[in-house]
Amino acid sequence: MDVSELQTFEHDVLVIGAGGAGLRAAIQCSARGLNTGVISKSLLGKAHTVMAEGGMAAALGNVDSRDNWKVHFRDTMRGGKFLNVWRMAELHAKQAPARVRELEEWGAVFDRTKDGLISQRNFGGHRYPRLAHVGDRTGLELIRSLQDHGIHQGIHFHMECTALGLLKDGDRIAGVVGYWRETGRFVVFKAPAVILATGGAGKAWRVTSNSWEYSGDGLALALHAGAELMDVEFTQFHPTGMVWPPSVRGTLVTEGVRGDGGILKNKDGDRFMFKYIPAKFAAETADTVEEAERWLEGDKKARRPPELLTRDEVARSITAEIKAGRGSPHGGVFLDIASRRPADFIKRKLPSMYHQFKELAEVDITKEPMEVGPTLHYFMGGIRVDAESQMTKVPGLFACGECGAGLHGANRLGGNSLSDLIVFGKLAGDGAAEYIKGMGNSPTTDAGQIESIIRGATDLLNRESGENPYVLMDELQDLMSRCVGIVRTGEELQEGVDELEKLSKKVAKVKAHGASQYNPGWHTAIDLQSLLMVSQAVTRAALMREESRGAHTRNDFPGERDEWLKYNVVIRKAADGTLDVEKVERPPAPANLSEIANAKIEDLESGKVGKDA
Amino acid sequence: MAKRTFRIWRGDVKGGDFEEFQEEVSEGMVVLDMIHRIQAKQATDLAVRWNCKAGKCGSCSVEINGKPRLACMTRMNIFGPDETITVQPLKTFPVIKDLVCDVSWNYKQNRRIRPFKPKPKGEDGQHRMYQDDVDRVQEFRKCIECYLCQTVCHILRDRDKQDEFIGPRFMIRVAGLEMNPLDDDDRVPELKKEYGSGMCNITRCCTEVCPEHIGITDNGIIPMKERVVDRFYDPVVWITSKLTGKPLKRTTKAEDDAAGGKTRDDR
Repeated sequence: MDVSELQTFEHDVLVIGAGGAGLRAAIQCSARGLNTGVISKSLLGKAHTVMAEGGMAAALGNVDSRDNWKVHFRDTMRGGKFLNVWRMAELHAKQAPARVRELEEWGAVFDRTKDGLISQRNFGGHRYPRLAHVGDRTGLELIRSLQDHGIHQGIHFHMECTALGLLKDGDRIAGVVGYWRETGRFVVFKAPAVILATGGAGKAWRVTSNSWEYSGDGLALALHAGAELMDVEFTQFHPTGMVWPPSVRGTLVTEGVRGDGGILKNKDGDRFMFKYIPAKFAAETADTVEEAERWLEGDKKARRPPELLTRDEVARSITAEIKAGRGSPHGGVFLDIASRRPADFIKRKLPSMYHQFKELAEVDITKEPMEVGPTLHYFMGGIRVDAESQMTKVPGLFACGECGAGLHGANRLGGNSLSDLIVFGKLAGDGAAEYIKGMGNSPTTDAGQIESIIRGATDLLNRESGENPYVLMDELQDLMSRCVGIVRTGEELQEGVDELEKLSKKVAKVKAHGASQYNPGWHTAIDLQSLLMVSQAVTRAALMREESRGAHTRNDFPGERDEWLKYNVVIRKAADGTLDVEKVERPPAPANLSEIANAKIEDLESGKVGKDA
Repeated sequence: MAKRTFRIWRGDVKGGDFEEFQEEVSEGMVVLDMIHRIQAKQATDLAVRWNCKAGKCGSCSVEINGKPRLACMTRMNIFGPDETITVQPLKTFPVIKDLVCDVSWNYKQNRRIRPFKPKPKGEDGQHRMYQDDVDRVQEFRKCIECYLCQTVCHILRDRDKQDEFIGPRFMIRVAGLEMNPLDDDDRVPELKKEYGSGMCNITRCCTEVCPEHIGITDNGIIPMKERVVDRFYDPVVWITSKLTGKPLKRTTKAEDDAAGGKTRDDR
């Protein structure tokens, strides 16, 4: 192979991924005068950002003027069970309003308040109405606004191009090797700075809201290049995804169904959530059907029904019912709003849910209950970065969005993901610009590294025989769903580690048939390599964390343990290619931030606490 | 459940043909599930684009039994029990491989449209506009860029006028900008002279195939055509402009640039 004959592009910065974070990062790089390239596995505008519904959280104070960054920050820390990186939660809460207003300057058309300002809606864990939104298609509005602005900023978009490996010059980043999906040809991007914005790795689970793209590429690329992962044991299972039909298994059913009065039932018609009210929420939760009914009718003295407990609680309860054999015919439970609200109310308040079930499941949710079950939704953890610059341990390598770690801690609040993308996308762009300014001489790419990355990909096509990539993908999803589910035990996790080890031997022999031109079998074989590595990282981190916190639940270690609040689980690739998993002590909390996060809400609002912050 | 017969187009830019597959259909499946099942069991290199599987990203556009559709939203039970299901790539755009075609022409059209240009903010640093004023714009912004309207548009599909007409998707993109209360630009001259608004003869095929049920023709294209007519051909508007001394802008930005940056009004 003559590396010098490969198609080569030169950029100051290459952004990998074109969802909200990648696009916002690229726009910033371009604004800072950098020659900026973006590669994306899909076409522009198709990334999973498009699927986000509810909105983006920012303390604009348009609907309730008592809102401000401190309250948003406090909500985020509490939601994350205090494992969040303090500085990131602070930056996010402070900068989200400016980022949202900027979208309006770029053409986003949000829903309006009656005063003509950006409207904001209530959401779980947020004290005030805080989510800027467009009906239930906020993600589409975000990605289209960034796309339509971004294409006029001189950014080079390379669509349907997949990154295979990062190039280094000594310790520093020097570029990326990728391939065009359309032709199967390889391409080299020389770039002294690379920003990873590749999302999570939900595709390792069978039932997920994620598409084929979410194979953990960025996390695997980072590990191979010498960067670290953090908090990957925290994988969010949304309690209500569709379970039937197969075509939409995992597709989200909004929490709004329960907010508007929907209830959960098992196959015996039993409203089971009353059995699962944890002690710490007992004071705020209705413990009889009668009281829950009064809440629905608007009695302000009645407490909230148990269907509105936090996501982790509801997801665990549904799982317990299914395991006890009381599930619905297709392995979920029933979510019933039909018997609770009149048809016109449902169609008016939940139009996309009505449409989704009508078209895809032939279920009229105004007449019949839905079947729902937990679905793997989001990675709180990811690539470990510096809170200010978003740079990883590897000089020139940055990460933002879902593939980065730190903002959400052990659990993410709804609405904080879209604001995460635009806040930290911008900061990663600034980080890259500063890095390049102070970089000194440019790095050079190494032909040997390029050859070895390409050989890794062509081997999958060229070997005589081997395992079918689709079959292995199936096995991986089975394994992760079985061993690394919502409720975990040391025994199952250990089994997961052992089984993944066995599976990795098969994946090493995977064979893709056909030529390299637009070949999904080959693409799947390549994605499997990243997914497997990330699955190993998640499973081993989950085995190490011997407590239950946020989205990580260990049956053998129930409850939060104060001792574990002191640590993050950090993962690196060792010299022999295996993963090193380590408990790393967290830096102490900044006093001013700790005071705000721990303050009583009345003291924060009256200015008794956090006045000078 | 019974086995069904699928005819799927296989090939590339050099040519190809339909290949027949028999595959078991399970309850509740959509055409995209069947393509995936065929891919996993019989043709591992069968190319198809897809992403969200919930009708929200517009990636899996194909032609099924002759109709442009999203494969993820086309349920198997809409077909007769013995009906063969024929799947082929969008006809209007060049094929890359199997069901995947080259839609880059659409991205080029989008780039030709001048982006949103915000009016100055109010004194309080905020933009103000009201829900009633943005409802129509939000309808256009529901577009998921599946390009089903582009592939069905006979100007683009049968008459190959891709040099002359930007197509329904981008007509509503322009409409979404022109009707945006905060936008401070004027693309009406471009609509007539560059985007080919006159080419559309309102057959409404685009509206029929839109999976987002956007009123492409009635709410988007027709009002844009009317703005062009008002600007260029309406004598009352012309006289009013003369009387009030407010010139009618009839030149495009490209024409202004060619004239050294001067706007030549009311030619």
